[in-house]
Amino acid sequence: MRAAAADRTQTPSTLYLICAAAWFVPGAGHLWLGRRQKGIVFLVALTSMFAFGLWLEGRLFPFEMTQPLVALAAIADLGIGCPYFVARLMGVGAGQVVAITYEYGNTFIIAAGLLNMLVVLDVFDIAKGRK
Amino acid sequence: MTSHFGLMVIFSLFVSVVFAVLTRDDPKDQIKFGARLFGGFVGAGVLIGWLLYPLPL
Repeated sequence: MRAAAADRTQTPSTLYLICAAAWFVPGAGHLWLGRRQKGIVFLVALTSMFAFGLWLEGRLFPFEMTQPLVALAAIADLGIGCPYFVARLMGVGAGQVVAITYEYGNTFIIAAGLLNMLVVLDVFDIAKGRK
Repeated sequence: MTSHFGLMVIFSLFVSVVFAVLTRDDPKDQIKFGARLFGGFVGAGVLIGWLLYPLPL
């Protein structure tokens, strides 16, 4: 079930716009390219995974360049796009270090961001006409 | 719900779903591959858990 949008190569500006949309809203790139089933699954699964991580008292790491691992975790967190900013605006993601689920929460949040980055790469390939 | 095993199963489920949908186009293939991935993740987790059971020696 592929729509025509996915079957033709996109212009460079549209290509980057689609990738930006795919990063900002998980699954949006696939929806844009007519791959509805994939887009909906990514939207639900990645957003739920991120929210679950927050519920487990995970932390949204700050960009501290003096601590490279913390900075890398922050970049991974940011990979999820819009939900990251919504969580920041809502004031969640402070992280409870003493919570028994703290590290699990971090794992869910970081993995959700990294998986969304993979999804963006997939969108890039589809939009380029490689898939 | 917040047990180590329970969280590992939930994590495996999310990752399997995303990988299966990402790498396969046909819904049947997605389900098959997703189930195999999920089983592999959980099985490997349990196996490694048992291998690490005697540690620290």
